[in-house]
Amino acid sequence: MENTYNYRVVRQFAIMTIAWGFIGMLVGVLIAAQLIWPDLDFGLPWLSYGRLRPLHTNAVIFAFGGSALFAASYYVVQRTSHARLFCDKLAAFTFWGYQAVIVSAVITLPLGITRAKEYAELEWPIALLLTVVWVAYAVVFFGTLAKRKIEHIYVANWFFGAFIVVVAMLHVVNAAVLPVSMWKSYSVYAGVQDAMVQWWYGHNAVGFFLTAGFLGMMYYFIPKQINRPVYSYRLSIVHFWALVFTYMWAGPHHLLYTSLPDWAQSLGMVFSLILLAPSWGGMINGIMTLSGAWSTLRSDPILRFLIVSLSFYGMSTFEGPMMSIKTVNALSHYTDWTIGHVHSGALGWVGFITIGSMYYLIPRLFGRTEMYSKKLIEVHFWVSTIGVVLYIASMWIAGVMQGLMWRAVNDDGTLTYTFIESVKATFPYYVIRLGGGALYASGMLIMVYNVVKTIAAGKIEDAKIPALPAAAAHA
Amino acid sequence: MADFVNNWLGIVLTAVVVISILACGILLIMQSKIKVKVGADGKPLPVETTGHVWDVDLQENNNPLPGWWMNLFYITLVFAVVYMLLYGGFGSYKGVLNWSENQEYTDEIKAGDAKYGPLFQKFMAMDIQAVARDPQAHEIGERLFLNNCAQCHGSDAQGVKGFPNLTDKDWLYGGDPQTILTTLHEGRNGMMPPMADAVGTPEDVLNVANYVLSLSGSRHDADKAKLGKAKFAACAGCHGENGQGMQAMGAPNLTDKTWLYGGNIESIVETINKGRTNTMPSYKGVLGEDKLHLLAAYVWSLSNPATTNDAAPAK
Repeated sequence: MENTYNYRVVRQFAIMTIAWGFIGMLVGVLIAAQLIWPDLDFGLPWLSYGRLRPLHTNAVIFAFGGSALFAASYYVVQRTSHARLFCDKLAAFTFWGYQAVIVSAVITLPLGITRAKEYAELEWPIALLLTVVWVAYAVVFFGTLAKRKIEHIYVANWFFGAFIVVVAMLHVVNAAVLPVSMWKSYSVYAGVQDAMVQWWYGHNAVGFFLTAGFLGMMYYFIPKQINRPVYSYRLSIVHFWALVFTYMWAGPHHLLYTSLPDWAQSLGMVFSLILLAPSWGGMINGIMTLSGAWSTLRSDPILRFLIVSLSFYGMSTFEGPMMSIKTVNALSHYTDWTIGHVHSGALGWVGFITIGSMYYLIPRLFGRTEMYSKKLIEVHFWVSTIGVVLYIASMWIAGVMQGLMWRAVNDDGTLTYTFIESVKATFPYYVIRLGGGALYASGMLIMVYNVVKTIAAGKIEDAKIPALPAAAAHA
Repeated sequence: MADFVNNWLGIVLTAVVVISILACGILLIMQSKIKVKVGADGKPLPVETTGHVWDVDLQENNNPLPGWWMNLFYITLVFAVVYMLLYGGFGSYKGVLNWSENQEYTDEIKAGDAKYGPLFQKFMAMDIQAVARDPQAHEIGERLFLNNCAQCHGSDAQGVKGFPNLTDKDWLYGGDPQTILTTLHEGRNGMMPPMADAVGTPEDVLNVANYVLSLSGSRHDADKAKLGKAKFAACAGCHGENGQGMQAMGAPNLTDKTWLYGGNIESIVETINKGRTNTMPSYKGVLGEDKLHLLAAYVWSLSNPATTNDAAPAK
């Protein structure tokens, strides 16, 4: 046992990544369709937009993204430590425990059981289970690092480590509640403090769950897929620490022009601007790793997923700081521009880096070197790229239009448009968005087929830990 | 700052913010001396890896940081410090400009009032009925209505269940211009208490409901209505002995066919059993006196459309 890697838990998480990805995106397609045809809730409260929307966000962020991070971090920490995962049983517990959390979300959210905090909706018993699972995750991950056979800790593991530690802290602080019954609790914070804690959590969930964790993925799978060294070790150190120093303060940009004190709003805005360079540091390091081998992009669709994910990352980490500027935010806030921004990060960055990593990972987990069909990966790439572009472009136009309509004023000082007029004007863009989302989800379906075929022809076996060159061994 | 625990937090936060910015700056300065190594022939030498190898072939080069990227980073750091010195952000320090969100809001409102005030003052000086016949006032009133009232009363002002129709002559509190203005200013709290106990048994409730329906000549069970008549005494306090209602307290007229919550037997039984609570919010603080004056005129005009007898509006 000890001379092989634990691939079992990685396989489990990888398969669930694909499954939850498709399910979560399908729910997204349904709610996008509900914005066009409201009757698609069929008069059932369980299918109403307000309940399905958190189901969609939880399914794609935590079920799809979370499972992907578990799979990637368990794979990477083993392979870059030359050591089997610490404690197989605990690792198995993190899989079943985490899936139990997700299944609970799938049941409780449509029932309307929610803490009503965005991205932190799960009620206290589920939040408690998640805490236990997360502590076990930390033990497995850091336990594996502790028994590594190579002295230096690979950069991907810093990012995974930061992600695990910070998410634990965010979750515990924001989930502090007073339960009043099995399925109802109240936040221990009140008013604007509660809002601030929520968005400190919310934005750092973006920073450490959706950014740091996936940067860890990027730092392993990109150099592996290209088979070239990472561009700059120095750059990885600088942008890692800069991200850690600055992300913590960006949360208030979700609360500009609210009753949050002015100093906190200003702080949130300037730290969001500072974040631009550290974010781009990761993009540069990934893309420049390809420097000198650009032509491989033409022949390798997996690499294209990985590299294009970084361009979306660069784009949304430019857009984010811009939207944090108070003047811009006055226009963009509460419009569909925000939805577009989130999806350029979620579909473009998180989705693409995960898809690319899974195409690298899955054949290797099943004793093969390649996916069943490279052609289908190619098709998947184009279908989802067109999907993302349609999605974010339509939401940009819709968002800017809404912002402009809401602030348009007549000569007499009255508002030019009523709210419902802006809804009517948005209608065509909702249709385009649905098209984009449906394309992206059908790309996932292509992936499901390709994965099933790959697994069917593969075999389940754990890889042997390769022997270390004498010089690299742990002192 | 006081609303975030107390002042020590401001000091701690300021310290952490300063340290964070300094740490980023120091990281950058430490790296700025490292440049691409150039060989004797003036060409850049191949970059060396760090010498570490993971997972058989995973390595890292050690390129210097791109100059443009470092400059971008410096610029944002300097901008952050300057911005917070000007606008605040270091704990309770208000900044050189002493800027505040509240002040900006107040200034904008003041500027708006100065710009649009005279127009509204002109109409303030006019009688509501005269304002209602002025085309410009009508246009402004309609816009105000669509953005502030249509959410409940509907774009056509015809209301829905629980929200009164404003285009007919049936008024809960009165439809003369002054009363409409009062409603807009002060809002209204409509409250009918649950009356089941006062009326009697569930059968009595059903009988009273039938009697109520009979008042407006709606379809009802005549026998039950006859039995319910005596029990209607419990309702007469507000709705009047003949059920004609009382505008002073907003008790609806039960003898017409206008129903706020539905005129079928089930709805009326439910109303008697559970009572009804309804609120029209006060708009004084939202729109102010002068806009409400225009709005009252617009609402009044909905049930009092201009006729040929009206004097032509002054041009």
